[in-house]
Amino acid sequence: MSIYFTEDHEWIKVDGDKGTVGISPYAAKQLGDVVYVELPEIGRDMAKGDEAAVVESVKAASEVYSPVGGEVTEVNEKLEDAPETVNASADGDGWFLKMTIADSSELESLMDEAKYKEYCDGL
Amino acid sequence: MKTEGRPTSPVAANSNDVKTVSGSKALEQGTKLIFETGTPRRTGIDFPAAKGRASRLGANNERQGEIGLPGLSEPETMRHYVRLSQKNYAIDLGVYPLGSCTMKHNPRLNEKVARMPGFADVHPLQPVSTVQGALELMYELSDWICKLTGMPAVALTPKAGAHGELCGMMAIRARLDADGQSQRRRVLVPESAHGTNPATAVQCGFTVDEIPASGDGRVNIESLKEKIKSDPNSVAGIMLTNPNTCGLFERDIIEIADLIHAAGGYFYCDGANFNALVGRVRPGDLGVDAMHLNLHKTFSTPHGGGGPGSGPTVLSNALKDHAPVPYVTKTEQGYALVEHKDEVSFGRMCAFHGQMGMYSRALTYMMSHGADGLKQATEDAVLNANYVQASLSDVMSPAFGGICMHEALFDDSFLKDTGVDTLDFAKAMIDEGYHPMTMYFPLVVHGAMLIEPTESESKGELDRFIGSMRHLAERARSGDVESFKQAPVYAPMRRLDETQAARKPVLRWTSPSETAEAAE
Repeated sequence: MSIYFTEDHEWIKVDGDKGTVGISPYAAKQLGDVVYVELPEIGRDMAKGDEAAVVESVKAASEVYSPVGGEVTEVNEKLEDAPETVNASADGDGWFLKMTIADSSELESLMDEAKYKEYCDGL
Repeated sequence: MKTEGRPTSPVAANSNDVKTVSGSKALEQGTKLIFETGTPRRTGIDFPAAKGRASRLGANNERQGEIGLPGLSEPETMRHYVRLSQKNYAIDLGVYPLGSCTMKHNPRLNEKVARMPGFADVHPLQPVSTVQGALELMYELSDWICKLTGMPAVALTPKAGAHGELCGMMAIRARLDADGQSQRRRVLVPESAHGTNPATAVQCGFTVDEIPASGDGRVNIESLKEKIKSDPNSVAGIMLTNPNTCGLFERDIIEIADLIHAAGGYFYCDGANFNALVGRVRPGDLGVDAMHLNLHKTFSTPHGGGGPGSGPTVLSNALKDHAPVPYVTKTEQGYALVEHKDEVSFGRMCAFHGQMGMYSRALTYMMSHGADGLKQATEDAVLNANYVQASLSDVMSPAFGGICMHEALFDDSFLKDTGVDTLDFAKAMIDEGYHPMTMYFPLVVHGAMLIEPTESESKGELDRFIGSMRHLAERARSGDVESFKQAPVYAPMRRLDETQAARKPVLRWTSPSETAEAAE
């Protein structure tokens, strides 16, 4: 299993053609206390960069973009009642959705963990 | 519990420690909720019981139980609201530096005029022959607005800034549809835009394409060119605020307008910050096709809880035929209202004619200042913001170099490694007796603090404000974190739990008996 990051601070953990998407701990920290998460419908087809979810904190409302194209297969319903999970465990229990990746070559444009860390340090 | 990000949980006692028996602190009276003060068994009005009248509602439609509203005597009611008002902050109390909001003084002359019976007591369905004075005022106001903006037409009716945006975008859509350009549905919006801009575009059936900012806080013109070039035939227009949300003048605005027009789109300018331009720049000269004015910001009508707002929207020659009804015309028989839509007008923004009380206040402000006075107000607003920026630039960190317009934007880099963040800083300002500046907005600047002093403040007031800000900045850097985390200490309520309020909002008061029932 490998993990990739976008410049907009989403991560995707990839296992074959299955992906799990969330926002990075850096993003969760920048947002502050998350108070609301809006998740997509299961079965929705998304292109890379489409708005996949909305995350609202005490500071701001932000879109979460799909790191790659594919179909939503599962959403983390727990976040609707417990949005604080995003702050507590952004890269674990605070995942947003699972998807079937349509074209795994789209992963090539994303950053790996080391590159992403470097990217965040430069911000 | 998480400890990073913006700390919002209470770090100290929730309400201020009060040691008196009454709950009051000298002149500051202890106040409970109105539901806790009154009881349904008390009343301030003594109506005789209705006699000999049968209910026409029918037995099934009558209320069966008690409604549970609190009853209070007249003095109790007065005291309740006066006490609340004394816990509030107002422009009539002190500097109100809330950036992007233009909290300027509301001259009392405006209020006097707005209360004249010929303006205050008219009904929207009165025959027009009986409201000629009110219509003349609307006509005059339209004339002032058109001259100040250099635009040929104005729709007065929109009732707020975002409503004006909707009006402008509906006019653009009507024009595109009339020209057989209905495939144009892409609206370009800079990432620093007011949140209402993309919301308006989507509400109008457009899609939003975000333009990134350049390093100096303005629209990235190269990126704009690429966005247009990628599919020029889908461009409906651009929504741009000038001066923008960073308090900076978009110096490429004419080039931006030309690019959009060349692509076949229209230019919506958000006029929320027109306070920085009145008398100096006419949007009509910049290629603007539509722009709303916030009468409640730029032209000193009350807002921020005192509302209502008013957002007249100016339209260019390309759009003016699509203006909404009603509007005032001048005929040989006097002033008349055009109430019915012809085939090109896109329709109606609201049932009647807009906010009369705001029209009378705004026109009073314009006429009492005169063209030269309005220009000076603009210059003073920009001068004041620059005075604040320059006076704080050595202890705080301006987000962008150079001269700002009507508001000064700081980032939180001056607080780096102090343990104090923007929120703590704002809370400490409350103890100093100031309403905090706008914070964490615009989002393009980290830990943003946006200060708009407006032209209302004298140099003396500004110096006092600057003195407080300098003191706080120096205290933060001296390592005094604890006092910031405790702030506000002197406010009626201490640090409130905003996170919990957003996650689990309590939207309705419940009586102790209801709470007990719910618990059973």
